[in-house]
Amino acid sequence: MSVNKELKHEFDAAPWKGKTKRYDFIKEGVIALVFVMVLTIGLSVLMGSPDEKPLTFKGWAVSNSDNFYVTAVQELAGTSGTATYGAPYNKASDGLNIGPLWLQKWVGVTRPIDSVNDFVINPLSTQVLSSDIASALATWNAAADAQKQAWATAYDDAITKVEGKLSSVPAGAYGPVPALAKGLTDMAKAGALDAALLSQGGFFQTDNTKQILFFGDGAYLDDAGTAANLQGGTWGMMNETGRYPGQAWLWLYSFWYQIPPFNNEESKPIGANADAYIMALMGVLSLGLILIPVIPGVKSLPYKIPIHRGIWRQYYEAQGIKRRKK
Amino acid sequence: MSDMWTTKLRNKWQKNLPIEKLLPDDQPAYVASWIYVFGVLTLSALGVIIFSGIILAFEGPAWYHTSGAGKFVNSLHFWSVQLFFVFMVIHLWGKFWMAAWRGNRLATWVTGAVAFIASIATAFTGYLVQTNFDSQWISFEAKDGFNSVGVGAWFTVTNLGQMLLLHVAFLPLILGAITVVHVLMVRKRGVVPPIDAEPISLSEAKR
Ligand code: HEM
Repeated sequence: MSVNKELKHEFDAAPWKGKTKRYDFIKEGVIALVFVMVLTIGLSVLMGSPDEKPLTFKGWAVSNSDNFYVTAVQELAGTSGTATYGAPYNKASDGLNIGPLWLQKWVGVTRPIDSVNDFVINPLSTQVLSSDIASALATWNAAADAQKQAWATAYDDAITKVEGKLSSVPAGAYGPVPALAKGLTDMAKAGALDAALLSQGGFFQTDNTKQILFFGDGAYLDDAGTAANLQGGTWGMMNETGRYPGQAWLWLYSFWYQIPPFNNEESKPIGANADAYIMALMGVLSLGLILIPVIPGVKSLPYKIPIHRGIWRQYYEAQGIKRRKK
Repeated sequence: MSDMWTTKLRNKWQKNLPIEKLLPDDQPAYVASWIYVFGVLTLSALGVIIFSGIILAFEGPAWYHTSGAGKFVNSLHFWSVQLFFVFMVIHLWGKFWMAAWRGNRLATWVTGAVAFIASIATAFTGYLVQTNFDSQWISFEAKDGFNSVGVGAWFTVTNLGQMLLLHVAFLPLILGAITVVHVLMVRKRGVVPPIDAEPISLSEAKR
């Protein structure tokens, strides 16, 4: 530091020796609190707050039963979003990476999800089933793993081939898979699946991971998100349902998803790993915010753009202080 | 006596933050701008958030879906958060343009910025525990970001129980503690003098 910088620093750091004035902190605080309370009450009375009812598996299976059915088959065949996700749910993929950093893979499977049993077989097993579905379940349970996989894959492939048009799926060696998917669809339609997915046979439950992940594997949640303007590619991260403000303070985080290469899944390596890159970028930028006072260039902006002249205008005028060039 | 830890702490506190500094009845003449109000407004909004949050906690997370009074308290909580962020962001920009980190006030800025980040985390978990469609959507979407950098292995946005506990216990505690430290630091150092307030002789002294 040059001498004048040092002296300035000492001046800024020393207790103020210049003119003072009366200042009533407690009064200021009380007035501010009352002001904020009145404003909050006013907004609450006028606007209320958002509360769109949660979606249910029943709603999904009733409104779009084919999509639910196909998703159930994908869970059995291991082709759904969850089944192919990777860490922390399973080892089906390596997940995203930032260059040589495979953080997602490295932390491993900490929240294991087995889409076949957790999403389909266990919930079905909690129910009193009609005889055809009960026997399908028994057949499935008695079969070897390779056989199960072969049935489910054959059926899943056949559905994909006819582009999801279930009525056009040709007969084939699907074993009990169609009956199981039918059974799960009926269970969901009756409203029994939501709770069975959550409880997994237990009593106390506070973890909705399995419900949320199964839900997201189908089209129902995604369609609802699109309808409510909540999709990430269109600034949805900052939106709320209805006419309410959302997390506007996530604007910078959301911003990156709107521009290339982040918004192009095909572009490697960044677009294809956008989630990871944007997370890392925001980590760096957050650190940047914390460290602004020591970042060259940024820390001098307040001197270059003299907004402070307006903030302290009264004082500058009273004291006749002119702006000093650095 | 003075080798007692208790005495040492008391003496240090007395020296750095005597009650006259903590609750002064005068301020430097330059503390005359609307921008100074936004720190206090942020603090007030935080107070309303905590108060409405405590009522919500006593009635449980499902209350506001079914009760008119619950919905109203939920609205208080929701709008005080929106105001809190508006005030805080204005406060942040104000302090930036004042270069309010001058004169050993770096730690004041740092605690403020950490409070900003902690507030975002707290609000985010709040959106996740609404137990409505919005929280279903946010948890499904947000999990990918956290999973992609490994954080999702422990910070599980789809786990309502975990999010609820973090939102009502851990995060507010952190935010509250940082805020207290932040405000005490401002009192200890006093409000930063205006840019160029030093006598000309100081600013032009050359080596
Ligand atoms: C929980 C959120 C926050 C609360 C409750 C809070 C509260 C306050 C209060 C009451 C003051 C003194 C009055 C004033 O100058 O406005 C203050 C000063 C200050 N705040 Fe904050 N603040 C918060 C967040 C922030 C943030 C996000 C930053 C910047 C990154 C920040 C930076 C500062 C600085 C540098 C000062 C010292 C100003 C000076 O010496 O003149 N604060 N804060």
